[in-house]
Amino acid sequence: MNDSILSVGIDIGTSTTQVIFSKIVMENMAGFFSVPHISIVDKEVIYKSDIYTTPLVNSYLIDGDKVRDIVASEFQKAGFTPADTQTGAVIITGESARKENSALVLEKLSDFAGEFVVSTVGPDLESVIAGKGSGAQSFSEENACVAVNLDIGGGTTNVVVFDCGKVVAKGCVDIGGRQIKLSSDYVVEYISPSAKLIAEKLGLSLEVGKKTDKAEIFKVCSEMAHLLEQMLGVYEQTDLLQQITTRGSSEFNLSKPIRAICFSGGVADCIYNTHSEELKYGDIGVLLGQAIRQGRLLSDFRLIQAKETIRATVVGAGSYTTSISGSTISYCERVLPLKNVPVLKLSDDEQKKAFEGDIEFVKNKINWFMTQSDTKSLVLGFKGYRNPGYGEIGTLARCIGNALDSLLDEDEPMIVVTECDIAKALGQAMGRIYNGKRDIISIDSISVDDGDFVDLGKPLMDGLVIPVVVKTLIFG
Amino acid sequence: MENNAVESIVQAVLQKLAQQGNTAKTEKEISGVVSSVVNSDDSDLVDITSKEVKSAPLLDNPADEDGLMRMMNKTPARIGVGKAGPRLKTQTLLALRADHAAARDSVFADVSEDLIKKLNLPSFVTCCGDRNEHLTRPDLGRKFSSETASAIKSACAPNPDVQFIISDGLSSKAIEANVENVLPAVIDGVKALGYSVGTPFFVKFGRVGCMDHACEIIGSKVTCILIGERPGLGTAESMSAYITYGSKVGMPEANRTVVSNIHSGGITAVEAGAYLSEVIDLIMKNKASGVNLKK
Repeated sequence: MNDSILSVGIDIGTSTTQVIFSKIVMENMAGFFSVPHISIVDKEVIYKSDIYTTPLVNSYLIDGDKVRDIVASEFQKAGFTPADTQTGAVIITGESARKENSALVLEKLSDFAGEFVVSTVGPDLESVIAGKGSGAQSFSEENACVAVNLDIGGGTTNVVVFDCGKVVAKGCVDIGGRQIKLSSDYVVEYISPSAKLIAEKLGLSLEVGKKTDKAEIFKVCSEMAHLLEQMLGVYEQTDLLQQITTRGSSEFNLSKPIRAICFSGGVADCIYNTHSEELKYGDIGVLLGQAIRQGRLLSDFRLIQAKETIRATVVGAGSYTTSISGSTISYCERVLPLKNVPVLKLSDDEQKKAFEGDIEFVKNKINWFMTQSDTKSLVLGFKGYRNPGYGEIGTLARCIGNALDSLLDEDEPMIVVTECDIAKALGQAMGRIYNGKRDIISIDSISVDDGDFVDLGKPLMDGLVIPVVVKTLIFG
Repeated sequence: MENNAVESIVQAVLQKLAQQGNTAKTEKEISGVVSSVVNSDDSDLVDITSKEVKSAPLLDNPADEDGLMRMMNKTPARIGVGKAGPRLKTQTLLALRADHAAARDSVFADVSEDLIKKLNLPSFVTCCGDRNEHLTRPDLGRKFSSETASAIKSACAPNPDVQFIISDGLSSKAIEANVENVLPAVIDGVKALGYSVGTPFFVKFGRVGCMDHACEIIGSKVTCILIGERPGLGTAESMSAYITYGSKVGMPEANRTVVSNIHSGGITAVEAGAYLSEVIDLIMKNKASGVNLKK
């Protein structure tokens, strides 16, 4: 028995906009005599759109209507309607994310988003998504090594480091092909504040409208490559690197040496291949690629061929944002799908109190969270224990049930997400207490954190699992 | 051996030694030796069957220690154990024998009376007279004598929707480790679905097939037996649940639905209980179990 869902990925980057469709196949991996265990067994990209230049109203604003037209025509070309897609993600990446109209653009796309499409943004998630789409993550997992992916786009470079397939560091720096735009005779048409900073450090004054030359631009590109080398620990980090690093990037103090390096994004093609025409794209992309190739990133680390380069982010968005819950769970189908539910995570000490039945404590915690984040609904997340007793589950169910019941509005479902495999027992125990009076969703094998938001889809595989997306940042 | 028996032997030996000329041994010294032998504290001994000890590689100088650890974390098989010449290391050999002993123990031991009492289960025996007969005569482990049958009949509520039976099968440890958490979970779950639950009882020297005879006696619609699985060297605590709709003696084995691998390293007891209640619901609704349910 297997089941597949159609997922859409839409990536609106600084320079390009793309759409892909992928098929996510699930299968019951457990033996005939065991409790079911559903896993995602295959992800196949079944349609790739052309690569469009992101339509802009001016140099700051994305043209929402034109983006919408692109997406609409790609749906048509692929032969799908928004209702066909069960999951997916719209990602507004890089510099464009900082532009104020991102929320507006997402709203324009909302009717293409089907029932269950995540709209998200932020360097955190984007670097991870690109690293999965490029194949760096699976390389790291299969070869049990530390692999890094650099997704070098127009505005930014998203860096992620995987160790045995797990994210150990991620971050974003203002380095990209479109940091400086040039006319065919090296007249600067645009220069970003970060690129200007880098040029100034080199003693170069690059101004819009002023003519420069290849040597100067290559110096800037080499410095950019040098900054990436600093980021990955080849050289000591400088203040300049700090200045162009996006806030929220993690520290890159790696405990284990990097073994492999992978490039994705538009500039990746200029690293893997040589281009004779230096200003082919009217920007520094080709020269930046050359500078990186001549630098130490390629001599110090093993270069792996990316499965996807310019499409890594969109493929990652379409294929890797959805995970599935454990296969023994308990839910009320009527209330699904649910979107953007904020997470309250109980720490190990706090969950201990819940297991001990400290209702007042849990109540206060939930009440504080609901007031703080001004929300009416929430996901109560905690790790759980590996092998709890039935009595413990009963106490826990009474404790969190009581606390949630007294604080949530009457029609709000009680939602519990745990890491350990206890959800079915817990959900049933809560169900027996609030027999029919409350909708209860209890799922496991999902790890959440404070500040996360969770989307829950319609059940799949004869109702055994539900698709789940855990994300860190959303709009609106 | 009893402590005082050891004590008296040691006393006797030491006294004999004293008589043979070791006159320096005073009474005090003798009692000191005696107490150190009797009260020898083994708390500093390492339990070589524990998870922590087993997860540490014994292989000397592995080329890729992280890689070895990752492989060892993925399997309970005895890899990364190294060797002493062409043989296993002493620790590996002892751990293997200890695990084998645990497996044998759990076959030969009885389920503790305290547990059966605590769960308030009436207890019955199949036609097997002792453990040896239970192991050598599977046919006798599938039926009850006519006296036992009438005792079951008078002790249990007749014609329930669901009848639960707990039996030692081939691992008493499996029952001791899991039943306390599985049984109340599945009973509460089934009751919440609106089904009537018969009087659960314990069967000593049972085989899976005894559920068929029990079902004929009680007249249950669905019968579910929680029984110890034949232990292996990985775990001796694995339990299975066999569930049938309208069991009868001689029914095809293919008509049993089974959920196996219930133990702390497989599906945990409470989740198994919760899952079983839904399986029973499905069987009640379809009036079929085993391969008939899959059609």
